[in-house]
Amino acid sequence: MPRAVSHIAGWLGLAVLLIALPHALSFSQQEVLVFLTINVLLVASYRLLTLTGEWSLGHVVIMGVGAYASALYSKQLGIYVPVSIILGALTAVLVAMVLSYPLFRMKGFYFLIGSFAAGEIIRLLWKRFRDPFGGPKGIKKINPMPDLDIGVYSFDFFEPVSYYYFALAVVTLSLWVMWRIERSPVGLTFHAVHWQDKLAQSAGVDVRAYRTRAFMIASGFAGLSGALLAHYIGTINPNSFDVELMVFVLTWAIVGGTATFYGPILGCVVLSILNEVVLRELGFEQMRPFIYGLLLICSVLFLPNGLESVVQHIMRRRTNVQAAKASRAGDSARYNVEERTEP
Amino acid sequence: MVELLAQTCLNALYAASYMSLVAVGLVLIFGVMGVINFAHGELFMLGAYAVVALYADLQLPFLFAVSAGLVFVGVVGLGMERALFRPLRNNPLGGLVASIGFLMILQALAVMGFGVRMEHVPPVTQEVITFSEKVHLAMPRLFVIIAAVILLTALWAFLTKTRFGWALRASAQDPEAAALQGISINQTSRIAMFIGAGLAGVAGALTAPLVSVNPHMGHSVIVTAFIVIIVGGVGSLEGAVVAAVAYSLVHTFVTTFYDGVIADIVGLSLMLLVLIVKPTGLFGTADRA
Repeated sequence: MPRAVSHIAGWLGLAVLLIALPHALSFSQQEVLVFLTINVLLVASYRLLTLTGEWSLGHVVIMGVGAYASALYSKQLGIYVPVSIILGALTAVLVAMVLSYPLFRMKGFYFLIGSFAAGEIIRLLWKRFRDPFGGPKGIKKINPMPDLDIGVYSFDFFEPVSYYYFALAVVTLSLWVMWRIERSPVGLTFHAVHWQDKLAQSAGVDVRAYRTRAFMIASGFAGLSGALLAHYIGTINPNSFDVELMVFVLTWAIVGGTATFYGPILGCVVLSILNEVVLRELGFEQMRPFIYGLLLICSVLFLPNGLESVVQHIMRRRTNVQAAKASRAGDSARYNVEERTEP
Repeated sequence: MVELLAQTCLNALYAASYMSLVAVGLVLIFGVMGVINFAHGELFMLGAYAVVALYADLQLPFLFAVSAGLVFVGVVGLGMERALFRPLRNNPLGGLVASIGFLMILQALAVMGFGVRMEHVPPVTQEVITFSEKVHLAMPRLFVIIAAVILLTALWAFLTKTRFGWALRASAQDPEAAALQGISINQTSRIAMFIGAGLAGVAGALTAPLVSVNPHMGHSVIVTAFIVIIVGGVGSLEGAVVAAVAYSLVHTFVTTFYDGVIADIVGLSLMLLVLIVKPTGLFGTADRA
């Protein structure tokens, strides 16, 4: 089975690369790498939400819910940080469940604007109520992850490298779970709800329940990413989760494309590298919103299916070339040219 | 107490007048082109910066600066129509996303051109109309109210009395049928975009001496405009005006008696409530989204 072997080799190579990567970077680049890892989880969870066809503008605020909750649990109630991170994610699920009652009475534009409004309300509540949310200045000195020694490696979570490994493990696990969910009957129903909601309904699918489910799961992972962020940077305030970050998430998802699992992740990684290498190194930091806006417009206009469509194009060409070679060699019967059947 | 009420009502009237200019423009664009223009708050900001550049910096007459702001922002609107909304006509989500991109570009340009700090625009006049000891109305605010009434009346006349206005309303109701009757959708889109953007620009220009002009001022404007058009019913011009008045009353009263943040929360909650109870808004009819 050469195919399976190459698959395994590919994944192993990726794993080695990801583990070795921080040691080839400077300190500030390592910090960026931690943020990138957290953002990958955020944008992947956003895609899970869009599976049912609804685009939310409140996702970043939900991430903030996880961050605020985890920060407060550990700081005010003295809960052990890893536990508070999980509780933070669960709080985001809970908030999403409450929000889903009003929000899923709407669809399309109304949902978009409704989610925006709901997010703004939450953000204004953080801003208004100094106790316990800290008002406009937010929460400072959030408890860091406690040091951990697992024998082979002793984690000091003030070091970006340690936190990177921790975040990488959490994010990888989360991505795997999301991937399994999408491939499960539940995930397939999400797709059905998106593309054929009337048909799905007539086949006995409770469309609204599935939308709510997708929203809650996506919010849980967004909250998890928020909690990871909070215990790394140590300070959060209402403006950490404002519309600008939401626009970045939207840009990553749209530039990458949302038809495949890897599309938004690809968009996030490519744009973050572009941001680091091109903008910061060349001193164009001020231009960041400008460039992101331009990229957003260009990709909607000229690459409506995102970067993933480029990848798919290359992959298809390669399989076609292989198939052509194989048929020339005379054993075309053994090869089935697999057309990608992405939903 | 009566005096406080009267003063609050005057403040609300002022807020309602410029908000209805913004909201009516947004509704017009949505009605004709079916796209929610997220960059509308930034068009408002552009109008304000036109006044900063022409009136505050170059010392040109205020009225000239405001008119120039209207035309300039209207032309920016034409550019948006041509470059963004026309190629994305069959992709409403794409149009919305493109307008979000455009919003960031405009903000970045304002930061680069003028810096992040607040701009000071000297008041046009210091005169104040005094109704009684505690009830005042500053002249610049009165200008905004008068201008809003004139512009909205002119728009109403344009939409109901002229052939262009009929064509505009026809293509808002049913673009396909309008096209079959020989109405150019491109042309009605251009007109709607020019008027819609121009109204946002003129609202920004008129209020520039009264608010803090900065590159991020569009955010609160667009949030308020969303609330107004949702409450009024997306696609209904009358609804937008009525909702602007109602929202301004509520917001001004809550601000006076509690504080601004609570007022924002109340406003957003009202909008969510309307979305839950009657998603088409108070004056909305057909569901176009």
